[in-house]
Amino acid sequence: MTDLTNLTVAQIRDGHRAGDFSAVEVAEAFNANVAGAKALNAFIVETPEHALAAAKAADADRAAGTLKPLSGVPIGMKDLFATNGVQTTAASHMLEGFVPRYESTVSAKLWDAGCGMLGKLNLDQFAMGSSNETSYFGNVISPWKRNDGGNAALAPGGSSGGSSSAIAARLCPAATGTDTGGSIRQPAAFVGISGIKPTYGRCSRWGIVAFASSLDQAGPMARDVKDCAIMLENMAGFDPKDATSLDMAVPNWEAALSSDLKGKTVGIPKEYRLDGIDPDIDAMWDAGIAMLKDAGAEVVEISLPHTKYALPAYYIIAPAEASSNLARYDGVRYGLRDLPQGAGLQDMYAATRADGFGPEVKRRIMIGTYVLSAGFYDAYYTQAQKVRTLIARDFEQAFGVCDVILAPTAPSAAFGLGEKTADPLSMYLNDVFAVPASLAGLPAMSVPAALNREGLPLGLQIIGKAFDEQGVLNAGLAIEERAGFNARAEKWW
Amino acid sequence: MSIDQATVRKIASLARIAISDAEAAAMEGELNGILGWVEQLGEVDVTGVEPMTAVIPNHLRLRDDVVDADPLTGGGRRDDVLANAPAPQHGFFGVPKVIE
Repeated sequence: MTDLTNLTVAQIRDGHRAGDFSAVEVAEAFNANVAGAKALNAFIVETPEHALAAAKAADADRAAGTLKPLSGVPIGMKDLFATNGVQTTAASHMLEGFVPRYESTVSAKLWDAGCGMLGKLNLDQFAMGSSNETSYFGNVISPWKRNDGGNAALAPGGSSGGSSSAIAARLCPAATGTDTGGSIRQPAAFVGISGIKPTYGRCSRWGIVAFASSLDQAGPMARDVKDCAIMLENMAGFDPKDATSLDMAVPNWEAALSSDLKGKTVGIPKEYRLDGIDPDIDAMWDAGIAMLKDAGAEVVEISLPHTKYALPAYYIIAPAEASSNLARYDGVRYGLRDLPQGAGLQDMYAATRADGFGPEVKRRIMIGTYVLSAGFYDAYYTQAQKVRTLIARDFEQAFGVCDVILAPTAPSAAFGLGEKTADPLSMYLNDVFAVPASLAGLPAMSVPAALNREGLPLGLQIIGKAFDEQGVLNAGLAIEERAGFNARAEKWW
Repeated sequence: MSIDQATVRKIASLARIAISDAEAAAMEGELNGILGWVEQLGEVDVTGVEPMTAVIPNHLRLRDDVVDADPLTGGGRRDDVLANAPAPQHGFFGVPKVIE
């Protein structure tokens, strides 16, 4: 019998529907993989009983002829989504033990579609990080190793590092992620899987632990483009409980997938050709251009002149919003309370927050507090929001001459754990290609394209016009079909 | 603009985060590194540019003026609201004494 954990979401859905196997068999196979992969530390909480219950319901629904869109498919849930009755921590000490009495909109939609939950996936604390090294519950380890014979533990990317590691290691066929400045795309690239951040507002933010509300956007991560389309259809949709939710119908992205790009124009942003970039990244990018030409697209050079200012603008705007959003952790209503002997209310706040937040979270709250403080607000925050307008305008102008944009997802392959933790800035720079699309709210995805000379996966990024997830998915599919990426990490865990 | 340790302590106090002298010293360097780097935004000519307020054009809605239209966000859920409070008392959030 085939190993059920090698199947994609589409294969599980269709195979279950056809009666090739039961949903319970699928859930048990993935539960076993999860239980056997503690060394990766991808899960904060495992929920095999949730996956099994959903599987039993799926099998009953099949017998009754009432199958749902994703009946029989177990998934991983990033631990940033509130799940009713299951601990939700955002990988923080602050929320350790927090058990929501409600369900996030995105996770509720997936359960309604028939999915089961294998567990809550580890991440960077409050989704702040690019390597999953800021989690209070320990680093997630990538299943990949360099081919140099060494045994260095590599970062799975971040912040959705539990999601990326678990999918690459076949612990789940798909997972939710969230992307504020690259947190779906960069981890997907690091482990050789796909992931899409849809247009800002496609997926409801209700019930997702907030980081930077004008940037936060949920999206799926999976092994291929079709699975991303299937998952996204079941995550997206208007939600009156989110003030910035898009009141638009959810397209049938899966049905409209087509890798024929005749009549489409692909823009190549010249500002993304960084001096001194890894030659493997450049070579992969050139190969991607050739693949899209082969799919029938025309390729043009475009200019996004404010690209170099995207990261510094992001590192004002995101911390500013975070400092405001994270003000809610006060030791009163939920989460940790640290009340030193004889302390008053203000001392309790300060002690609770000193104890509950990790160093990177504190750093960002401090930066955010500073740039929003009296006397500095205009120089930093207003200036950054003006630059953000210019970055969005760059894209608008580029989309006057092209339909999608092709660029690398990240400037490097996965780095080793500990290699970038000493200098926060060097970590921030890893999101240089991902952040501009976030600032402009545009749909963007990463698809695996090649292995570098160290044997590690590299990802190509496709950025699309607002609301044109279809164009992004189609270009992604064209690359997927031509790159033929089927490398996977050798099991050591 | 560079910040000194006194400013670091002031920011920490505004952010309600207790920090030790050693942490303040370490953070002085880190924050100055980051602030020095974002300073390059000053080079950008933003004459006549409006700061971004909404990344995707969208209108803000008012929800229907109906009591408990959505039971999840309506009222009458005191026990759920207090379920994760660290020190609930008599159906309220408990806080340390704030008046002498």
